[in-house]
Amino acid sequence: MGSVTATVAPPTDPNVTRWFRTFGAIAASGFRRHATYRQAAVAGVVTNTVFGFLRCYIFLAVAGAAGTVAGYDRAQLGTFVWAGQGLLAVIAIWGWTDLADRIRTGEIAADLLRPVHPVTSYLATDLGRAGFASLARLLPPVVIGPFFFAVYLPRHWATLPLFGLSVLLSVVVCFACRYLVNATAYWLEDVRGPMILWTLGSGVLAGLYFPLGFLPSWVEATLRYATPFPSLLQVPLDVLVEREPMPTELRLVGLQVGWAVLLLALCRLVQRRAEHRLVVQGG
Amino acid sequence: MAEPGALRAYRALLGAQARSQASYRTSFAVDLVGNMGATVFDVMTVLVLFGVTRELGGFTLRETLVIVGLSSFAFATADLLVGNIERLPRYVRTGLFDAVLVRPLAALPQLLLMDLPLRKVSRAVFGLAVLVFALASAGIGWTPGRVALALVAPPAAVVFFAAVFVTTATVSFYWIDSGELANSVTYGGRDFTSYPVTVYGGWFRALFAYGMGFAFVSYHPALALLGRPDPLGLPAWVGWASPGVALVAAAVAALAWRVGIRHYRSTGS
Repeated sequence: MGSVTATVAPPTDPNVTRWFRTFGAIAASGFRRHATYRQAAVAGVVTNTVFGFLRCYIFLAVAGAAGTVAGYDRAQLGTFVWAGQGLLAVIAIWGWTDLADRIRTGEIAADLLRPVHPVTSYLATDLGRAGFASLARLLPPVVIGPFFFAVYLPRHWATLPLFGLSVLLSVVVCFACRYLVNATAYWLEDVRGPMILWTLGSGVLAGLYFPLGFLPSWVEATLRYATPFPSLLQVPLDVLVEREPMPTELRLVGLQVGWAVLLLALCRLVQRRAEHRLVVQGG
Repeated sequence: MAEPGALRAYRALLGAQARSQASYRTSFAVDLVGNMGATVFDVMTVLVLFGVTRELGGFTLRETLVIVGLSSFAFATADLLVGNIERLPRYVRTGLFDAVLVRPLAALPQLLLMDLPLRKVSRAVFGLAVLVFALASAGIGWTPGRVALALVAPPAAVVFFAAVFVTTATVSFYWIDSGELANSVTYGGRDFTSYPVTVYGGWFRALFAYGMGFAFVSYHPALALLGRPDPLGLPAWVGWASPGVALVAAAVAALAWRVGIRHYRSTGS
């Protein structure tokens, strides 16, 4: 696969191609790894579906007789809930402690010896995982929901591609956040504190418990520009239900790009500082 | 099980748990706060929803808070007492459950006391605070009967949720990787009972409210306390049925547990 060792001649093809091939191979292995947990995927789909019913009924009750709330009509709320239940597993907000576990056990040392930067290789694995999740976890709720609730179908041709891009960016932003939370393990003996804060904050601030539009508009705007959380879930869902006019949606996705770049850069910075520290400790 | 020797053994298990969990002070404090946070956000969500609507399923904020209070106190307390039965799949997979079975004590209390999550005390206390505040501010016309119900309904709801935890956990005797499946009933039930049943519709409501009995956790007792007739048309005495429903649920849980253990075959790990 083109890694450089003492016994293999240095590759002659351009670096970029090699980088993409490595990245692709790691992503594919991430996809395969998660494709083996089929029972877990089925159980997850059942849970997402039950919560889809619960949230859908509750939000529709909030919309009440008027039928609209915070710029969403009943069908848009339906799409918001069911696509949101599917996306939850794609961006995988919760339950990722791989990096923290490897730091604690010292196995991270093996990752540092590899020719691929740890942020890059974990990101590739995560994108592969997200790829499997978008087949196994995103599709079922999106198909099941419309059988029981009115849903909103996008009207603008550009919405679906923009939604796809927005989801991809959500995955990257979510990965970067989780990486940073996990990376606190380099400094802290016990990462439970940051982990709990992240678990609590991410669900409610990303728009899972309720669309952030239910909050006063200045709170929503502050969250959107000052924190990466709405970029995890709220933005792709708003794009999908066409809550805002197209230029605004493009700006929101642009904001996601900003968060993705900023947070990935921060991941690399944190990783470099952590590696220096590891060397100092002789670990 | 009531013999003094067994009791002393259980107390020793509990004491060991308390000491081990309290020995890392900072972690324990962080956990206390973090665990409360989950319930705080549940209650906050209800407040946010009432920020954009006057009523939910025909109920005002004050009335809904009685329902939320009952639900979050009952869930948090049941989660504190028996919630760790959720780890059963891991015990089965790693073979720890075999060790538990060969000891001369009942399996269920051992499992619960081996891992009593003291950090969850904070949520139960917060749930109780919400419940007391809701009962005090809902404008309830107190009668001796309603005082009795206010005292009996919360423990009954705790027993009900505890039964749900145990029953759903027994699935892992048959299907090792069933963790998330159990969540859909336990955590789904918690969310279901946080809102008036009138919010939901169709077969979904029928299944959760009456098929599984979640309507008796908070909705019907709250109606009886508030003195409101049921918009869905059930008679007023149903509000008083929650202890009976809780006993039935506990019996079902005990049966499921016994059948499950008999069915259990070690994974050999």
